[in-house]
Amino acid sequence: MTPLAKLLEAALFASARPIATDELAALEPEASPAELQSALDDLREHYDVDGHGVELVEIAGGWQILTRAEYTEAIERAQLAARPARLSGAALETLAIIAYRQPIGRAEIEEIRGVGVGSVLKSLHERGLIDVVGRGEGLGRPLLYGTTPVFLEYFALRHLDELPRADELAIALRAARPEPEAAAAATPNE
Amino acid sequence: MTAATAVSSPALGPESGFVIELTEFSGPLDLLLSLIREEQLDIYDIPIARICEQFVVRIRTLGLNEAAEYLEMAARLLRIKAQMLLPRGDEEAWEDPRAELVRRLLEYQQMREVVDVLERRGEERRNQFSRAYLPQSPAPPQAPLALSLAELLSAVDRVLRTATRPNMHEVVPRALDVPGAIAILRGVLAIKARILWTELVERTAEPWQILSTLLGLLELAKLGELRVAQPRPFADVEITRDAAGEAA
Repeated sequence: MTPLAKLLEAALFASARPIATDELAALEPEASPAELQSALDDLREHYDVDGHGVELVEIAGGWQILTRAEYTEAIERAQLAARPARLSGAALETLAIIAYRQPIGRAEIEEIRGVGVGSVLKSLHERGLIDVVGRGEGLGRPLLYGTTPVFLEYFALRHLDELPRADELAIALRAARPEPEAAAAATPNE
Repeated sequence: MTAATAVSSPALGPESGFVIELTEFSGPLDLLLSLIREEQLDIYDIPIARICEQFVVRIRTLGLNEAAEYLEMAARLLRIKAQMLLPRGDEEAWEDPRAELVRRLLEYQQMREVVDVLERRGEERRNQFSRAYLPQSPAPPQAPLALSLAELLSAVDRVLRTATRPNMHEVVPRALDVPGAIAILRGVLAIKARILWTELVERTAEPWQILSTLLGLLELAKLGELRVAQPRPFADVEITRDAAGEAA
């Protein structure tokens, strides 16, 4: 491993949270972005090829060293660390809507889900997965919510674009449609 | 809960009371989608009468018939069903009353697919531990303060020298006597059922007396003990005892 790769390893080892790429770059101002990337590749390869219990993962716009999934059971059994609680279905639905429609107000989320989301929003906010990002134009200037970096960390996403695009989502039910005649006939009327 | 609903609920289902947890379905749209899937129906051509009936049966058996959101959906389905039964006068201008429901169902279905993605990613991440198992990263510890006693004392001295005298705020006692004015008004109205504003306030009255009387008047008007009327603009204000308010 290059000295830069070792430096990055030490920094990543010392941090409990993902370290952003520009923060890593600040460790060695001399290094070019290309050198930094090759050092990160170096480190990742080192873990993957030489066989280590940890791996280097790109997460939330940064990098983090994580234990490999195969050792989770043993670590948890020994009570050295515990997996965080799973999110409820209601919380996941609400997060999914916010992730795609942010900034979005409570009323709009409730319209899509068909149920009240007050308490769900509160608990998501407490867990740091969402935050208030502004206020809407409408009546009463409603609070608008958006996802946070913790959201990306929780779902091991590099960035929001990693979620499937709205038009990529295969709508299972759309296949049931017999012929697009009705839609074609309806369009000219509009 | 009111007595009326408490009485009516046994008629709706075998067990009554509040629905606290709805574990199986995350909402009425979820239930509706699962019915459509179970029956292998075409979402763009939902047999509304059939699905409506099943929806109502299902919320009854699940004991959801007291959850407002499910009831609202049941009502919506019934309305669409009724609209479908109406004769279609002009086939061209006819708008499918199911269109809005279909749009919402598709939107919901799309969101459920995102939930599947998130669930999978979240589960993968849960199975990996980061270097330090910490629910929240604590703030980095403060460096110990390197300060001698002399430095501290000179800092205190600097602060004391630059500090100006605090800006004291003088509290002015409230110059009005509203309770006193109310007592006078009540006394006057006990004797006279009707009185004019000019009779109530003497010509020589001080501004604080006039204001006290005015506030007392408004207070009593609010309590319903008297009525204030002005026949036309700038006319003398008439104050009358409110019999109804007095009786109450």
